[in-house]
Amino acid sequence: MHALIDVKHPAVAKIGVVLIAVALAVLPFALVGIGTAWVRITNLAILYVLLSLGLNIVVGFAGLLDLGYIAFYAVGAYTYALLASPHFGLHWPFWVILPIGALVACFFGVLLGTPTLKLRGDYLAIVTLGFGEIVRIFLNNLSLPVNITNGAQGIAGIDPFRFGTFSFATTQRVAGVTFSGPVKYYYLLLIIVLVVIVINLRLQDSRIGRAWEAIREDEIAARAMGINTRNMKLLAFAMGASFGGVAGGMFSAIQGFISPESFVLVESVNILAMVVLGGMGNIWGVILGALLLSFVPEVLRYTVGPVQQSLFGRTLIDPEVIRMLLFGITLVAMMLFRPAGILPSALRKRELESGRTT
Amino acid sequence: MSGNELLIAQGITKRFGGVQALSEVSFTIREREIYGLIGPNGAGKTSLFNVLTGIYPADAGRFTFDGRVLIGLKPNEVAARGIARTFQNIRLFGNLSALENVMVGRHVRTHATVFGAIFRTAGTRAEERAIEKRGYELLEYVGVARRANDLAKHLAYGDQRRLEIARALATDPRLLALDEPAAGMNATETAALRALLERIRQDGTTILLIEHDMKLVMSICDRVLVLDYGKKIAEGIASTVQKDEKVVAAYLGGDIELDLKRA
Repeated sequence: MHALIDVKHPAVAKIGVVLIAVALAVLPFALVGIGTAWVRITNLAILYVLLSLGLNIVVGFAGLLDLGYIAFYAVGAYTYALLASPHFGLHWPFWVILPIGALVACFFGVLLGTPTLKLRGDYLAIVTLGFGEIVRIFLNNLSLPVNITNGAQGIAGIDPFRFGTFSFATTQRVAGVTFSGPVKYYYLLLIIVLVVIVINLRLQDSRIGRAWEAIREDEIAARAMGINTRNMKLLAFAMGASFGGVAGGMFSAIQGFISPESFVLVESVNILAMVVLGGMGNIWGVILGALLLSFVPEVLRYTVGPVQQSLFGRTLIDPEVIRMLLFGITLVAMMLFRPAGILPSALRKRELESGRTT
Repeated sequence: MSGNELLIAQGITKRFGGVQALSEVSFTIREREIYGLIGPNGAGKTSLFNVLTGIYPADAGRFTFDGRVLIGLKPNEVAARGIARTFQNIRLFGNLSALENVMVGRHVRTHATVFGAIFRTAGTRAEERAIEKRGYELLEYVGVARRANDLAKHLAYGDQRRLEIARALATDPRLLALDEPAAGMNATETAALRALLERIRQDGTTILLIEHDMKLVMSICDRVLVLDYGKKIAEGIASTVQKDEKVVAAYLGGDIELDLKRA
């Protein structure tokens, strides 16, 4: 986590980290004050952070444009749903299923990676896009002759996470404080996302991460320097996919219901937009991008209507329409004024610089 | 003579469609030698490099490096065997710092796995420190240490050329193959480069050098191979090759030094 810490003022940095930790810890209670929906929105935003960090390994580090990333989310979600729902009558514990989901997604990552090793840029984008759609169409149609995925109806009644008698779905009062289901999930998600951030930071600042970045910068030079580009690309696909698989499993449990509709192409594009907007290859930028693109549309959802009411006395334009319009304009403006993202990768270099001159 | 032969090329042939880029080129590079590879533009020098380093497969012929046959290896396997190269049109990792570029070069000699990287095991941390230390040493060795934390793409042209050499040296090569390292350099930079190449040789690395700067080639190379239209037309000690009729003819009958010395 050194990138968070201002090296010149370690004391200030420590206070900063403590403040952030406290803020993150009390956040759900503040959100409950505004409305319970906001805790759910925050949880979904954290899931998007997870997905963006996974995609960032493929797109940001290794430079492989992947437009079908949502497929791994789907694979993770369905793995969880099939192993913990009345659909097959299986109710395995989540700490068993999540690693399985990660492994299955990992396998699918390699499955996508192998035939695309020689492709780059536009061509890779088209193949990955097709892959994402194939997975979704399979999920839609694997109900006949043997009902595996229950087709377009999706799978309902998916188990929430449980530790023995402790369930993440129920509301509990501990020492006079109410912990609702979403609040409990929030803390679990927070822990998982912190672990994933640490993994990402460590990978980036390692022999593996440098090899990925070398492939992104110049594949021929990378090979000439002795990097096995085939293995490294497959590793990037596999790592990225496994994060997607974990996020998918969490999504399944939190929602309790999944269907192929949740895994459409627009979702892949949305996650890619988060990565690009935040700054490809910059972990903090990607997190910021994911949070912004998750929250801004929701904030607009709740503000566009009332603002029109107060300005004009009535609703002139359907809030849903204007919301997407504002969102689109924001994206276009961002790409015009900060084409490398909010926190471009080069900023990270400056952090490195200040860290290494000591 | 055998025993200190590092690289033996036998009948290397390469065609691109109807173009005979290399036809039956054979030569031998001895250990701790600076071996020059010259010829007019389009003579096949860079093609020879690309075949040697596994970027293209040869149509015929074979390389024997350090007693082992090289044919059919991928570029990364060639690098692992101990041949490192630079590129005619500099191919650095532009958005990585100079130091990181050299650290990438250590990849092939280090072993950290994903698990080592994630859990920061003691072994990985020690290896990482060693990689960084070696990176700095090599930057100092080639003289770009003061730019260690600048992005490679922001370095001055001459520094980029030297950084490429440092990155290649980071792979611990037995043979360092340099594709026009002096291209675009002024007289002072070229002099510094010559000193660097001498030092690399003294420190035990054999050098294969493609270069158009004849003054540099003639002053530094022990032996020279001359290619023209993909064929070997002369090989031997620089001063002898220089007087060879075929070589003079290949360079349009002109004075080699005047015709080919660049900027």
